[in-house]
Amino acid sequence: MGELVQTLVSGIAVGSSYALMGLAMVIIYKTSEVINFAQGEMALLSVFLTYMVLEYYHFPFYVAFPSALAFALLLGFFLEFAVLRRAKEPNVLGMIIITIGLEMILMGFVSWKFGAEPKTMRFPLSPYDSLSLGEIFVSSLEALTFVVALTLMTVLFLFLRYSKLGIAMKATQQNKMAARLMGIRTNRILMITWGISSLVGCTAGLLIAPTIMQPYMMWDPMLKGFAAAVLGGMTSLPGSVFGAYIIGVVENLFGGYVSIEFKSAVAFFIIVLVLCIKPSGLFARHYVKKV
Amino acid sequence: MDMKRDYYEDVRLFGSKVVLFWFLVLIAFLGFFPFLFRNYYVYLANYMAINVLVAIGLNLLVGYTGQISLGHAGFFAIGAYGTITLMTSAHLPFLVALVLAAIGAALLGFLLGLPALRLEGPYLSIATLGFGLTITQVIGRIGFFGGRQGLHAPELTIFSWHLDSDRDFYYLLITITVILTLVARNLVKTKVGRAFIAIRDADIAAETLGVNIMLYKTLAFAVSAFYTGLAGGLYAFVLRFIEPQIFSLLMSIIFLAMVVVGGLGSLFGSIAGACLLSWLDLELRNILSIPYLGGWLEALSKSYFSITGVSNIQLIIYGSIMVSIMLFEPLGIYGIWIRTKLYWKTWPF
Repeated sequence: MGELVQTLVSGIAVGSSYALMGLAMVIIYKTSEVINFAQGEMALLSVFLTYMVLEYYHFPFYVAFPSALAFALLLGFFLEFAVLRRAKEPNVLGMIIITIGLEMILMGFVSWKFGAEPKTMRFPLSPYDSLSLGEIFVSSLEALTFVVALTLMTVLFLFLRYSKLGIAMKATQQNKMAARLMGIRTNRILMITWGISSLVGCTAGLLIAPTIMQPYMMWDPMLKGFAAAVLGGMTSLPGSVFGAYIIGVVENLFGGYVSIEFKSAVAFFIIVLVLCIKPSGLFARHYVKKV
Repeated sequence: MDMKRDYYEDVRLFGSKVVLFWFLVLIAFLGFFPFLFRNYYVYLANYMAINVLVAIGLNLLVGYTGQISLGHAGFFAIGAYGTITLMTSAHLPFLVALVLAAIGAALLGFLLGLPALRLEGPYLSIATLGFGLTITQVIGRIGFFGGRQGLHAPELTIFSWHLDSDRDFYYLLITITVILTLVARNLVKTKVGRAFIAIRDADIAAETLGVNIMLYKTLAFAVSAFYTGLAGGLYAFVLRFIEPQIFSLLMSIIFLAMVVVGGLGSLFGSIAGACLLSWLDLELRNILSIPYLGGWLEALSKSYFSITGVSNIQLIIYGSIMVSIMLFEPLGIYGIWIRTKLYWKTWPF
C-alpha cells in the first residue's frame, strides 16, 4: 500500500514539471493557435544564462533568478516581434516549422556555447533533501515544483478569466479582426502572450535544472508537457495540469509495475489512445468546424 | 504561356519535348556520374538519393495531402530494421526483403492514418511524434533487433551481382529513385493526386464532391510510409551499421525541413531540398576543415564558445534556413525557381 502511494506521489511530482511546460504551451496556443516547439529551448537559454550569472559572475540568487525571469520575458517578446510576426502566410504547418527552426537555433547556440557535458546548477534547495509525510518521501524540490505549478495554474487561470488583459487575449483568439475593431492591439497582445509563456517555461527550466543540467534537458519535459497539454485539450489550463499529472502517474505506475524499459513510450501510447476516443482531448469541448 | 487543351496533355509524363530532352540529359549524367567524380561524391550522391526518396514520400503526405507528420523516422527505422532482419533471419533475397519491409512500413502507415482521420493540427503532430518516438524506443529495447548495440548489414547480392562498393550500390539506388520519382509524378497527376490535393485544400468540400476521405487519407499515409520504409531499407546498406539512436526525433524534423525548404506540394522542390540539406549535412559534419571559415570558427569557438560543441553550428544553420524560408519564401526552392522562370519568360518587362 505504502509503495503504491509512494509511486503515485512521485508520479505527481514528475507530472508537476510537465505541467509547467504544458501551461506555457497552452498559453501561446490559446491566444495565437501556434504550437510552440521552441518552448523548451527558450527556457533552456534562460536557464543557461542564469547558470552563467551564478557561476562566472558570482551573483547571489536573489539577483540571478529575477533577472532570469526578466530575460525570459524579453526573449518571448523579442521572438514574437522579430520572427513570428514576420511570417507571410501563417498556417499551422508554417508556424510549426518556424518554431522548430527557432528551437534548432537556440539549441545549437546553447550547446555551442556551453558544450554537451552535464553541469551542476546551484539552487537554494538541494534536490537531495526530502520531506517525509508518514512513510512517503518527497524531495523538497519536487514539493516546491508541485506548489509552483498549482499556484501558477491558479494565477494564470484567474488572470485569463478576470483581468482586462486576459479577456483581450481571449478576444484575440476568438476573432482577431473583431478584436482589432474593438480597439485591442492584437499584435501587442500576442507579444505579451509570448512573454508570459516564456516566463512560465523559464520557471519550469529553473526547477528542472538542479536535477539535470545539459543542453538536452528540456526535450523530455517539453514533449511530455506538449503531450499533457494535448491530453487536456490544448486550450484548457487546468486540463493541461491534470493531463500532466495523468501522464506522470501512468508513467510511474507502468514503470513500477509493468516494465521500466518502456516507461517513456507509454505516455505517447496513451495520448494516441485518448485522441482516438476524444479527438480534442479530455477537457476541451469538441471543436466542430462550421462550413 | 502555353495552354493546355485537353486532359491527356495535363497528365502526360513529360510536358514537352524540351522537358524530355533535359530528362534524358539528366539520366545520362546520372549514369556517368561515378566515372566523373571521386568516391566521396558517389557516397554523397547515395545519401542524397535516399533523402530524395524520403522527401518525396513525406511531401506526398505533408505537401499534397496537408497532414503533418513528425514521426517519419519511425517508418525509416522500420524499413531499415525490417530489411536487415528479413535478410539475416528469414534468408530472403535483398529485393524481396526490401519490398516486404517497405510494405510493413506502409501497413503501419495505414494504421497511423486511422487515428489521423479524426485529428488535425497539434493533435496530429503529437500523435505522429509519439509514434516515431515509440518505434525507436521499442526497437532499441528488443534483443532480436540488436538492442542498443545495433545491427550490421549483411553482404549484398542481387541474383549474381555482388554489390560491395558505393559505386555498385549507386546504380541500384539511382534506378530505384528515378523509378519511384516517376511513379510519384504519375500519382500526383492522376485521380489519386487530385484527391490528395482536394483534401488538403478543403476536406469537407472534397467529401461533398465524392472524394472518399477515409480511403485517400489512409492511402496518403500508407504511400508516404512505403517510400520512407524503402529509403530506410536502402539507408541501412549505405551506413552498413544501424543503431536505434540514429532514428531520433531530430531525423524526423530534418526530413520535414527537407520538404519545407524544397517547397511544399512540389516534387522538384523535394528533390532540391533533399539534395541541399544532405549536402549541408555531410559538409557541416567536419565544419572546422572548411577552408577559410573553419579556422575563423575555431578561433571564435575557443575564445567565446566551447570547442566541444562546435558541431552544433549545423543545428543553427538548419534552423536559420527553416525560419528564413518560412518568412521570406514560403514555397521554398520551388518558389524561387518559379519566380526566376517567370522573370526570364517575361524579361524585359
